Amino acid sequence: MSKPKVAFFDFTGCEGCQLNKLNFENELLDLLELVDIVEFREAMDDKAEEYDIAFIEGSISSPSCVERIHDIRRRSKILVALGQCAVSGGINAIKNLHPMDEVQETVYGKDKYLFPSIPAQPVSAIVKVDYEVRGCPMSAPEYLHVFKSLVLGRKPEVIDHSVCVECKLRENECVLDKGMFCLGPITRGGCGAICPTNGQYCIGCRGPVSNINKNGAVEMLKKHGFSVNEALKRMKMFSANELDKKIEWGR
Amino acid sequence: MMGKDLQINVHHVTRVEGHGNIVVDMKSGKLLKAQLDIVEPPRFFEAMLKGRNFIEAAIITSRICGICSLGHQMTSLKATEAALGLEISEQTKRLRKILVNGSTFQSNVLHALFLATPDLLNVGSVFPLVNTHKDVVLAALRLKRLANEIGELVSGRAVHPISCVPGGFTKLPTEKELMDLKEKLLKQGLKDAQYAVDVLASVAGNIPNFIRETEYISVYSDKEYGLYEGDVCSSDVGLLPVEKYLEITNEFVVPHSTSKHAKFNRSSYQVGAMARFNNSHKLLTDNAKKTAEKLGLKAPCHNPYMISVAQMVEVVYCIEDTVAQIDAILSAGIKQENPNQEATRYGRGIATTEVPRGILFHDYTYNRQGMIEAANCVIPTGQNLQNIDDDMKKLVPEIIKESKEDITKKLEMLVRAYDPCISCSVHMLDVEFVE
Ligand code: SF4
Ligand code: SF4
Repeated sequence: MSKPKVAFFDFTGCEGCQLNKLNFENELLDLLELVDIVEFREAMDDKAEEYDIAFIEGSISSPSCVERIHDIRRRSKILVALGQCAVSGGINAIKNLHPMDEVQETVYGKDKYLFPSIPAQPVSAIVKVDYEVRGCPMSAPEYLHVFKSLVLGRKPEVIDHSVCVECKLRENECVLDKGMFCLGPITRGGCGAICPTNGQYCIGCRGPVSNINKNGAVEMLKKHGFSVNEALKRMKMFSANELDKKIEWGR
Repeated sequence: MMGKDLQINVHHVTRVEGHGNIVVDMKSGKLLKAQLDIVEPPRFFEAMLKGRNFIEAAIITSRICGICSLGHQMTSLKATEAALGLEISEQTKRLRKILVNGSTFQSNVLHALFLATPDLLNVGSVFPLVNTHKDVVLAALRLKRLANEIGELVSGRAVHPISCVPGGFTKLPTEKELMDLKEKLLKQGLKDAQYAVDVLASVAGNIPNFIRETEYISVYSDKEYGLYEGDVCSSDVGLLPVEKYLEITNEFVVPHSTSKHAKFNRSSYQVGAMARFNNSHKLLTDNAKKTAEKLGLKAPCHNPYMISVAQMVEVVYCIEDTVAQIDAILSAGIKQENPNQEATRYGRGIATTEVPRGILFHDYTYNRQGMIEAANCVIPTGQNLQNIDDDMKKLVPEIIKESKEDITKKLEMLVRAYDPCISCSVHMLDVEFVE
């Protein structure tokens, strides 16, 4: 059997996910043995016609991005969204909370009409996404798991429990108990609670768990003196689209 | 070759960070256009910062660029600290210097060895080198891993660091961890770096020779090679305080780029490894100076294709300075201290740091509730864009007799040499010839 053809594409993002993908220096060469990388603009010149697996980073935020993602989808068997920008619009979607005109004016002043821009959208708002790896940046071990599973023809596991679950497993002192704010109770895990493990609060970079209201999270936040509104406001840093489904552009 | 018509349009230049196109248009021997179009969708970070609190500022600006995320955090933290009057400890400063070294080291290795060197060996990417030059690729991968380990150890994560916050760190490395890191840097890091330097020296003859003198702007300190802190230095007019950054950068909008351009005393200026080297080379470690000599790099150097060489010189410096910082921290003993987040005032704070691609400025104004009212970030790639355009305008007529393919390749190499980080500036590169 020939090796699967793999391609990487990036849209609007910071390329942190891109970089994280190269940060398995020890495993990188072994991974390369398993697949045929046919397109990867940041690292190589070649371009290809069809892909078995296409990894997409970044959110869709200009009219030309929309065309490009449709084209990639047509040529890909499996399409994976990598990182929060691609999965939910990520941090780019903060701008969706402000009127577009105002946002453009803040940066370009009177020259704002030169550069058309549209609200930042997740890839799934435009085309069908088969799998996703969340996080800002996407979690490297999770990416490795998805990559290997797909290459071996298996279904990767999907995580939908809160960061708190993983934080407890790591036996961290709860940052809420330290008097800090934390989004861990309502944020989807998969990162190994890396922020609380480093003494920082969870900033909700992986987006909300699907059952926010059922897991007692709200009670827990209230118990520590934080309102649901405060939590939602902070959560909007990475999840403006998921929390605010009003924007239906491109569907 | 008088009267030559030449059109190049490289759509989405490869092996650079972000999306850009190279456009050249020559009619009857007259150069109408030679420029780099920046087509990356704008991301509007300044607008995103409005109304955010002082802890969130660095978290958001870090996401401007994954590759320079550490540098953005550092600059952001320093601007916030200046605005809120937060003092930091000597230990915090040294740990931050280690982080800045680590990220410069990581980014320089990635650029010089993985993205630029394939051109010198005449291949389209680093992947074929896995078969033909496996030892170098392995050494380069080990160097990259080591650079990332610095970030992971001191800040929790190499991309979008976690534990560095306004006023200090939320978690500190242990003495044992720092000692182990030092061991690795001295034993394996320096050895691999020297090896990579030797390989680069052996292909340095393939680096195009193109000279255009320009203004070089970087952070400068008379105590150390300017990276984490210092004044702003222009090779044309000397030292300036960071507060003057708007007069230095003079940003302006051009229709062919979603990123703003900049200029100071000439039509353009250069920032990045070569600007740092030209301005601060005397403050390099002896080993780094020797490396420059071995690679044929002498200040002032006006050949932009030599930027990757300057980057490798900095790799050696960063490894050695990290060891020096670790020694200083260990001899004082690690103090368990909490970040100082007691604001003494609210107002405006401006800060600058060198990130791998050049000098970066952040400028925030906080209101009395500790929320950001106004923000401005001036990013290195944006500052280099006009300089790249000016280089192209001089280069194209000089090499016009060469084949279209060669001209295109040299233009791509030129853009790549600057290691443009287009997500930063917004993103970048494409070339196509019609005669
Ligand atoms: S998800 Fe975060 S790390 Fe990944 S591209 Fe977007 S901003 Fe960068
Ligand atoms: S702890 Fe929270 S903010 Fe940190 S990586 Fe995990 S989900 Fe993201």
